[in-house]
Amino acid sequence: MHQYIVKRVVLMIPTLFGAALLVFFLMRLIPGDVCELRLAGTGATFDPEALTLCQQELGLNDPILWQFATWAGGFLVGDFGTSMWTGQPIVSEVAVRFQVSLQIALMATVFSVIIAIPMGILSAAFRNTWIDYVVRAFSIAGIAMPSFWLGILIILGLLIGSQAMYGEPWMPPINYVPVWVDPAENMAMLIWPALATGYRYSAVATRMTRSAMLEVLREDYVRTARAKGLVEHVIVNRHALKNAMLPVVTVIGIEFAFLMGGLVVTEQVFNLNGLGKLFVESVGNHDYTMTQALVMLVALIFMFTNFIVDLFYAWLDPRIRYS
Amino acid sequence: MATSELGADTRVDVAPRRTAWQAVKRMARRQPLGAAGGVIVLVMIIMALFADVIAPYDPTAIDYGNFTVPPGADFWLGSDQLGRDVFSRIVYGARTALFVGFVSSVVGAGAGLVLGVGSAYFGGMIDLVFQRIMDIFMSFPLIIMALAMVAIFGTGVDKVIVAITIPFIPRCARVVRSSALSVREMPYVDAARSIGYSHLRIILRHMVPNVMAPFLIMITAFVGQAILLEASLSYLGLGVQEPTPAWGLMLQGGAEEYAESAPWVAIFPGLAITLAVFGFNLFGDAVRDMLDPKLRSQ
Repeated sequence: MHQYIVKRVVLMIPTLFGAALLVFFLMRLIPGDVCELRLAGTGATFDPEALTLCQQELGLNDPILWQFATWAGGFLVGDFGTSMWTGQPIVSEVAVRFQVSLQIALMATVFSVIIAIPMGILSAAFRNTWIDYVVRAFSIAGIAMPSFWLGILIILGLLIGSQAMYGEPWMPPINYVPVWVDPAENMAMLIWPALATGYRYSAVATRMTRSAMLEVLREDYVRTARAKGLVEHVIVNRHALKNAMLPVVTVIGIEFAFLMGGLVVTEQVFNLNGLGKLFVESVGNHDYTMTQALVMLVALIFMFTNFIVDLFYAWLDPRIRYS
Repeated sequence: MATSELGADTRVDVAPRRTAWQAVKRMARRQPLGAAGGVIVLVMIIMALFADVIAPYDPTAIDYGNFTVPPGADFWLGSDQLGRDVFSRIVYGARTALFVGFVSSVVGAGAGLVLGVGSAYFGGMIDLVFQRIMDIFMSFPLIIMALAMVAIFGTGVDKVIVAITIPFIPRCARVVRSSALSVREMPYVDAARSIGYSHLRIILRHMVPNVMAPFLIMITAFVGQAILLEASLSYLGLGVQEPTPAWGLMLQGGAEEYAESAPWVAIFPGLAITLAVFGFNLFGDAVRDMLDPKLRSQ
């Protein structure tokens, strides 16, 4: 097991290095650079000297491989540098956004698990009955519905609902408050995006639970359990469910990792300062260092989640031995 | 002569037509959800093809006299904040959505097919390196990849297609590769190799046809995803640009500010996206159930 863990961690290095190469050169393929944008923002007439000076300060005129080496080298020793756009240290800029994204991702994941697993089991246990059709339609609708539209509908519903009930429209708070400072205010703001994204992901997990359950319910030991006269709900809950959970765990893990970086659109709807929004802004500003740091963060979270999921497998299914 | 010819014609014609109709009915009975999805897809395609006939207004015509008119006889689904007919814009939007959806999924899955089969066929070092590259591409969420592509290529329908196609390639390649790995071990591939066929011929004539099922499943799954991605990018203002009618764009253009006073501006385009993706997903599920022999036995 220890060997396996070491091997997996070592195998992450080439992938991370590849991701670093990819994002580094992708960013530099984008026409224009941060200095041009910064100077354009000041409104002054174009000054080639200022441009060169700015580029020199940021090291943009150094040989490209040298730029990559200094950036990647800094990364290795935990120096993520400063944002090219704001000049602030990247760690402090990312920290606040990370909190928001992490909380929404956790809440959405919990929400989707609570919905998905019971619904998926019901759907599989009552396959091809109206229960199954309702669950499937509900989950396919969840996949089909853009989460930003669901977000707009939620805001609309809140506005109209509060207008009708209290006589004045209510909107979720706009300023982020950490949960340990004011839990009520924090929840009032973040519960809606978590619901909007959670519904979508519950749909993915429901479908996976259903198909995994269907597969397991055809196994020999389920037939044996039926033959010896066990009650159906015992068969489903005790014999089938545990074995059906493996692929579901994978989906939930991938989903969580995705939520950490992929909330771009939902954040836009609810006007949240999360990682996704920061990513869009930093790409737009040609903020190389910030974009690179964010991409590496997302890639790391992805790989790490996959790793945890694999370890979780071995715990769920003792037959799986990693060597 | 004429009558007998006519008789022969009808006999020849009617027989297959009835079986085709029966096949449709059979599918509707066995896959009611899939058939419903098929109908939605068909409606979308008709809307896209005959947009100029169906739409009562020019989707880009700004009408200063008719801002945010509620749905009614003049504007079936209301008008937006610039007085444009929401229904006409949705009909034309279907054109954009389906165009982006079909092109990016077919090209993305096609490229993934060739790469995936090739990787499985050659195996060894090529396969290993290829898999690592795919890993790198897959370690980003789809939307992040698409955003990076948009930043490089810019906005507009053609650029959006590129931005959506590229992240699809590794996703299809991975699935196709795993099927192709077992096909490679088949005796007929060995036979083809022993006759001395070229690599390209073995890949295209002997392996590709045998991984068609996962390939088609990926395509149908991609169309819905592509429509969603296009809508998301357009909503962010990074996709299709005005004045091209696109569903995501309709939601961006102030749908939130007008949400309370003119909810139809926000509701109907989103409904169109949801229905389209819903239809393609239902249809895709039915296709998967029919093509995947493991599931068919259920």
